[in-house]
Amino acid sequence: MRLQGQFKWLPTPIFSLFLFVVWLLLNNSASIGHILLGTILALSIPLITFSFRDRQPTIIKPSLALKQLFIVLYDIVVANIEVALLILGANKKLRPAFIKVPIDLTHDLPITILASCVSLTPGTVSADVYPIKENLLEGEQIGQRYLLIHVLDLDDEEALITLIKQRYEMPLKEIFQC
Amino acid sequence: MISEWIVSAFLLFGGLFIFIGSLGLIKLPDFYMRLHGPTKATTLGMASILIAAMVFFANSEHGLSVKEILITVFLLITAPISGYMLIKSALHHKLNATEETKGLDKIEKD
Repeated sequence: MRLQGQFKWLPTPIFSLFLFVVWLLLNNSASIGHILLGTILALSIPLITFSFRDRQPTIIKPSLALKQLFIVLYDIVVANIEVALLILGANKKLRPAFIKVPIDLTHDLPITILASCVSLTPGTVSADVYPIKENLLEGEQIGQRYLLIHVLDLDDEEALITLIKQRYEMPLKEIFQC
Repeated sequence: MISEWIVSAFLLFGGLFIFIGSLGLIKLPDFYMRLHGPTKATTLGMASILIAAMVFFANSEHGLSVKEILITVFLLITAPISGYMLIKSALHHKLNATEETKGLDKIEKD
């Protein structure tokens, strides 16, 4: 895990790239002037705002992150069709449930990404992260974390937990190396 | 001509999914289950309508427009976050889930 970018002048490489691409997309052009202005903005904004932001783990394996992005996009389409079919089916057939998934990630950013992936994919909405930080006594260590998930139609709890851990958490752990 | 067909197909597909997502809001029995419609079905529906818009403008005199990609990305980022805020406040207010819901004991007090 690495909390800081490799170069001092580029503290958050992915954020810079994102700013650059968003600038070109917003202007809807790829002329030299916009590329130049976008580069300047993408380099200067992170440098100015860097000290305000919480340190988050940086992406260490970009190729794996790209692959994971496509996996999640594919899953979103499949999950949407599944949920649409469930909604059209009879209410009585649905088996709603809350489940707790133990997670090994320790930082806010990877946990947020995992929770978002879970919300967008197979018939699940993430609800909370346990233990709740405000409930802990002062100085108490956070032990095992859990993600509380609401499932629309639960078939096999164990299988779903393994699916979430293998398909979404394992790649995230590798991408951020934490 | 062919682009009109593509645009219509995407518009129909998107409209269908948004309709199903909204149908879920009426039909499903409790708040937690109703959240599944807007966080998923509507996201895909919006994405296909935006793709339709992109194809339409690429074939008109306006030329290719890529802002739709940006809207899709922001939708994909914000949909789970708003879903999370909604379900968290629902848990805080202890809204009743249907009786068949399993694992209600797993909810901790906050």
